[in-house]
Amino acid sequence: MTHMTTDIRRDAAATTATATGRAAEPPVLLRTTDLVKHYDSRRGLWGRITGRPGSLVRAVNGVSLDIRRGETLGIIGESGCGKSTLGRAILRLHEPTSGSVVFDGAEITELGRDPMMKMRRRMQIIFQDPYASLNPRKTVEDILIMPLKLHGLAKGKAARDAAAAMIENVGLKTAHLDRFPHQFSGGQRQRIGVARALILNPEFVVCDEPVSALDVSIQAQIIQLLAELKRELGLTYMFISHDIAVIGYVADRTAVMYLGEVVETGRTRDILAEPRHPYTQALLSAAPRLDEPGKAARIKLTGDLPSPLNPPPGCKFHTRCPHAMDVCRKVAPAPVADAQGHMAACHLIDGASGKAEAPA
Amino acid sequence: MTTTTLPRPDTAAGDRPEPVLSVRDLRTAFKTSHGIVRAVSGVSLDVYPGECLGVVGESGSGKSVTFASVMGLVKKPGWVEDGEILYRGRDLTRLSDRELRALRGKDIAMTMQDALTALNPALTVGEQILEVLRAHADDLPRGRAGRAEARRRAVEMLDLVGIPSPADRLNEYPHQFSGGMRQRIMIAIALACRPRLLIADEPTTALDVTIQAQVLELIADIRARLGMSVVLITHDLGVVAEHCDRVVVMYAGQVVETGPTRAVISDPKHPYTQGLLDSIPRLSDLSHPIRPIQGQVPELIDLPPECRFIGRCPKRTPDCRTGIDMRPAGPGRAARCILVGEETEA
Ligand SMILES: Nc1ncnc2c1ncn2[C@@H]1O[C@H](COP(=O)(O)OP(=O)(O)O)[C@@H](O)[C@H]1O
Ligand SMILES: Nc1ncnc2c1ncn2[C@@H]1O[C@H](COP(=O)(O)OP(=O)(O)O)[C@@H](O)[C@H]1O
Ligand SMILES: [Mg+2]
Ligand SMILES: [Mg+2]
Repeated sequence: MTHMTTDIRRDAAATTATATGRAAEPPVLLRTTDLVKHYDSRRGLWGRITGRPGSLVRAVNGVSLDIRRGETLGIIGESGCGKSTLGRAILRLHEPTSGSVVFDGAEITELGRDPMMKMRRRMQIIFQDPYASLNPRKTVEDILIMPLKLHGLAKGKAARDAAAAMIENVGLKTAHLDRFPHQFSGGQRQRIGVARALILNPEFVVCDEPVSALDVSIQAQIIQLLAELKRELGLTYMFISHDIAVIGYVADRTAVMYLGEVVETGRTRDILAEPRHPYTQALLSAAPRLDEPGKAARIKLTGDLPSPLNPPPGCKFHTRCPHAMDVCRKVAPAPVADAQGHMAACHLIDGASGKAEAPA
Repeated sequence: MTTTTLPRPDTAAGDRPEPVLSVRDLRTAFKTSHGIVRAVSGVSLDVYPGECLGVVGESGSGKSVTFASVMGLVKKPGWVEDGEILYRGRDLTRLSDRELRALRGKDIAMTMQDALTALNPALTVGEQILEVLRAHADDLPRGRAGRAEARRRAVEMLDLVGIPSPADRLNEYPHQFSGGMRQRIMIAIALACRPRLLIADEPTTALDVTIQAQVLELIADIRARLGMSVVLITHDLGVVAEHCDRVVVMYAGQVVETGPTRAVISDPKHPYTQGLLDSIPRLSDLSHPIRPIQGQVPELIDLPPECRFIGRCPKRTPDCRTGIDMRPAGPGRAARCILVGEETEA
């Protein structure tokens, strides 16, 4: 099996090499190498019904990336491209099929149950759906105290005090602690989700589309809250979204995913200013523009995302790519990075400069 | 309660044709265990021939209920309390169920936000299109020739909305299509009888941007080709900016601002519109800070007559307690704010 290895890490090498005299970058907190997560869909209900052979869902297919301490790495791509699976595989909420995840120097895919439990304290996740992710029969206080108990960190009054402090940290009131999730609005529920993730005082948080289910005015409240908490608590985020404007706003660097692979990475501003992969270009051009309607020349993608059960050969994007050439149907393109660590995997890109050969 | 009649700003613009649809002071309520929810309280709006009107507002602002009322689709425990719904001069609130049914689909068609639940899972998409055609297309010949012609048109509709190999897919069920394809099928069903007015309720909310772009372009393309009017309901001002000639901004069951899209977006008159615009991250200027609107939408039960935005408005004054009607706010524009007209023109 050939996994296309895409490597944000080139940033580090490249930055050192250019030695522009900038302050040294903070250390890498999390590194994945060739991370793979395949689901055997025959095991599920659907698989048993269809009983089709070879129904392996290649949800994450060889992802290598680095996240530095204190930064926000944005993950963008269409639904079904493997963003949530990547986040869950990193935290081992879904056991990776292969590949490595190193967190603060430790290979966590090999950790036993107890050391992994300890590690989990430092790595948390906020889910997209504040409705589904909170137990409807538990009060907010119970929801917040549960992780503390589970990890043996606090109980009784100490736990209740921690819950009270945390609920205020996320902009709710201690009076809210006795209530149940259904008594809150969507935005408030997401604040509870944030509080639950942060009560263990983690260093790294996967934010899996934390604002996608919210109205824009509430979305802005939560984005602001997450930014404030990050600053105050010195957090590192992996921020998953399908909204490129949100990613543009929150992420220092961004990885663009397509069918389980990273097709482009780099500093967010570079990706937005000069997207290199035709898929990134299409994503960017499809985003509606408030103040420059119709400005972005529309790159039309035809059709839907192909099934990860049966991904196309060669470059996986070739079935929808407006620039697809013969080679794209056969050979997976290798990632090419420039001195700034802006990487894309596309046959159109000239290896010498890392620039795209002007796909019109 | 005061009647809030929208001044007709558009007549000021001069030679506008008569609206296809005119909603006047519409009130729709739902009886719930907590009390009566005034989902729509005094909505007035016009849709002109051939235009695309954007209706924007956060969830719960009354967008869907407004147009469900237009379609005569409000069911118990809800009812239309008051107001006129004029379709080419006829008041739809006075029509019988039978007359309304005849109008729906043929003259006005609506696509629902959630295509999977709106489509009948037990019928093939072909059967669902044929059903509409049989109910409304009075030019179909009888018998076998009619069935063949209906089938031909169904294939044509699926083709029109960009479904590959339409003749084959006619025999498939809704769950066999992707989200984007299902929205297209709803649009195909809505368009089967070539309505004059298409109401598209959040047609792209559940879709990825790449697919959203395809669906919106499809609607724009068909609008141009068939010369119909479109009401595009959305919560995304970006979508409005890209696709709508005019916009109606709704908040808590009322229209709070209306006008030509460009003018409203570049110079919003209502603090809620301003707040919405400030909440959105802009790709064109990411250094521009986003500012959330504080607080949340009020519950629509037993609301006092004051301005409904008062609890969240950064510009509120004691005078806002008295409530306010729509006020003219420039060419073709109106807004429901006491600050409108009082500000010194810069
Ligand atoms: N538990 C699972 N079992 C089987 N397939 C799954 C499972 N979770 C996700 N998938 C599949 O993996 C692919 C990636 O899904 P996901 O990671 O949720 O994508 P995203 O978060 O980008 O929308 C999809 O095709 C999805 O259907
Ligand atoms: N069947 C119903 N019963 C009770 N309340 C309803 C019903 N349908 C809608 N509502 C209420 O009407 C208000 C407006 O809803 P809706 O028109 O769906 O908002 P939007 O489409 O703008 O999101 C909301 O407060 C909603 O809770
Ligand atoms: Mg996901
Ligand atoms: Mg709605």
